[in-house]
Amino acid sequence: MTATTTPAPARAGTPDRRDRVRTPLPRPRRRHSVDRPRRSVTLTLLSSLVVLYTLLPLAWLVVSATKTQPDLLGSPGLWFSGRFALWDNITQTLSYDHHVFLRWLLNTLLYVVLGAGGATLLAVLAGYGLAKFDFRGKKAVFAVVIGAVAVPATALAVPTFLMFSKMGLTNTPWAVIIPSLVSPFGLYLMWVFSAEAVPAELLEAARVDGSGEVRTFFRIALPLLAPGIVTVLLFTVVATWNNYFLPLIMIKDPNWYPLTLGLNAWNDQAATAGGQPVFNLVITGSLLTIVPLVAAFLLLQRYWQSGLAAGSVKE
Amino acid sequence: MRATTPRTLSGLALLCATALSLTACGSSGTDAGSAAGSGDAAVSASALQSALAKGGTITVWAWEPTLKQVVSDFEATYPKVHVDLVNAGTGDKQYTALQNAVQAGSGGPDVAQIEYYALGQFALGKSVQDLGKYGAAKLSGSYSTGPWNSVDIGGGVYALPMDSGPMALFYNKKVFDKYHLTVPTTWAQYLDDARRLHAADPNAYITNDTGDAGFTTSLIWQAGGHPYKVDGTKVSVDFTDAGSNAFTGTWQQLVSGKLLAPINSWSDQWYKALGDGSIATLATGAWMPANLVSGVPGGSGDWRVAPLPQWQAGQNASAENGGSSLAVMKASTHQDLAYAFAQFAAAGAGVQDRIKGGAFPATTADLNSPAFLNTAFPYFGGQQANQVFAQSAKNVVKGWQYLPYQVYANSIFNDTVGKAYVSSTTLAEGLKNWQDASLNYGTQQGFTTGK
Repeated sequence: MTATTTPAPARAGTPDRRDRVRTPLPRPRRRHSVDRPRRSVTLTLLSSLVVLYTLLPLAWLVVSATKTQPDLLGSPGLWFSGRFALWDNITQTLSYDHHVFLRWLLNTLLYVVLGAGGATLLAVLAGYGLAKFDFRGKKAVFAVVIGAVAVPATALAVPTFLMFSKMGLTNTPWAVIIPSLVSPFGLYLMWVFSAEAVPAELLEAARVDGSGEVRTFFRIALPLLAPGIVTVLLFTVVATWNNYFLPLIMIKDPNWYPLTLGLNAWNDQAATAGGQPVFNLVITGSLLTIVPLVAAFLLLQRYWQSGLAAGSVKE
Repeated sequence: MRATTPRTLSGLALLCATALSLTACGSSGTDAGSAAGSGDAAVSASALQSALAKGGTITVWAWEPTLKQVVSDFEATYPKVHVDLVNAGTGDKQYTALQNAVQAGSGGPDVAQIEYYALGQFALGKSVQDLGKYGAAKLSGSYSTGPWNSVDIGGGVYALPMDSGPMALFYNKKVFDKYHLTVPTTWAQYLDDARRLHAADPNAYITNDTGDAGFTTSLIWQAGGHPYKVDGTKVSVDFTDAGSNAFTGTWQQLVSGKLLAPINSWSDQWYKALGDGSIATLATGAWMPANLVSGVPGGSGDWRVAPLPQWQAGQNASAENGGSSLAVMKASTHQDLAYAFAQFAAAGAGVQDRIKGGAFPATTADLNSPAFLNTAFPYFGGQQANQVFAQSAKNVVKGWQYLPYQVYANSIFNDTVGKAYVSSTTLAEGLKNWQDASLNYGTQQGFTTGK
């Protein structure tokens, strides 16, 4: 069992960049490198603008979530005003309409765990298989996968609805979970990642040492694939968490709404004759909705970055 | 801004859905009916009662908030019947879902809330049941003319009117007093007020309008225009008649003079502007008070209601804006229970529940009842606003028709007429483009179209 004890190559973790990019550059005064890049005022300004552009809506959301419904309409959006009502808003959001927000949160979690989790599992298995095994029709599979990446899920929603409706699956959680299981992009990413991250020699060594294919996959390939798996997982989690159009078409029972549809239904209350506008709850609900995603990104940042860079440098 | 994405998306879905449903409408009529096991044979009142005693479960798709109370009262009266009240989306979102369900042949409700402008589309597609077999035609005298004409389509009654929206002018008296404006009785005076108000305070506008199909058609309706003429599958659209010209003549000046607040109705900005006086009037349906009370609590006491301004001095014409009906779906397997519920909500005890909840009725008995007419609205400074609304309901111009595919037509309003609000295109040109696009679509869907 020499293969299992062989340490994983360093490149799967955080690669040591200095070894690679030490190309002496003939620069007269200052030496710039990837680690010590030249400072550019234009670029700094541009990226500051982009940062501002990205963060402003978020700041608006956080500030607005601290306001009551009347304050929300009566004060400028980017600064605090009136009573600090964040806790009230959160309590109200959670309890409004018989705690339906919690139900929507649980639904979203269900769709994410089964849908995104399943999609990641399938993508990893299929991506590894396609990268590491040769079989007839592989090129055809490749073409299908690439083609599927190009088809937006929105375009498939209506045909999928008609099909599911014949099968009696609409208005059930399956109508959201099953289409979420398919992630051509995740599959493609895992395929490319497996090809790069798992050296054929290592698998060869494992086979020589008598490890079965399943064991080789779980004990050797899987740890090497971890950054890629996290990347795909993040992609699919974000896609499922934010999925709006598919549940919009499939689900009509508010008890099975995910958060996206639920918040939209609350928002629409303001546009209904006789309806009660609850913009403060919509905003607080939106804030609560993005917190888990932001947390996931911050916690898994390290994997995410190394995952994105995979395959970008040929060693 | 936040509203754009879902709207674009639902517009897209709607496109798919309408395209699908209309191509299929030739075949769906017969098999949907037989699949449901319900023909068009007359159903007596006693048969309805025994169905109610036997019980069952029906699903109702509606977004109207006062129906919650109606459902619990209905279930209390008929304990064997269970009603699943589902908010499947508001307006066009719900129609998309409904069209999808009709097309798929399953997953739809037994009863659906359908606005008057959209009912024709479902009636023509034979997705809603003709209620003639229940004797619904006998109810014609119970409703005011506008709503009844909207559900009485080509000799069949395809839904029961649930509420109505006779138009009136809501105005912020505080703003009017502050700038010494007179409450307009004609649209010419309205234009004059708009200019004076905006000149006195550049942040204040007479009203907001960024292009709204329902509002535009309602004002043309009030002006006596008949842009849509529908006879079976023969459809014509003409936005150059006198009524349409009266509308564009005045409204173009409001648009060109930048006298309309560029704020989308129903947005948070809109609610804000209604409260702080930067939108001084709203010409809209009689269902508006409930929204003002819950959405603009700060404006309480400032607002009043006046009759809709007239296109010609001395007239008293009005039009409907909005309002919904309850339809029984053809694919329903519980049509008897479904009709019993619709009748309870739209003609029976449910009407009082809804009036108490702030809905504006379509039933003449209520529109004429002293208790209703003399209700004082604290929000309007104690004004008996229902008198204005009830009078408006009587003055609705007769003979208005919507297209049998008005949901689609309204969905492309912003691509055509909407341009007049943001570019050099005139309203008349925009309406012409809307007319062409609507006719084009009609031809594609197999209607005989003409101008």
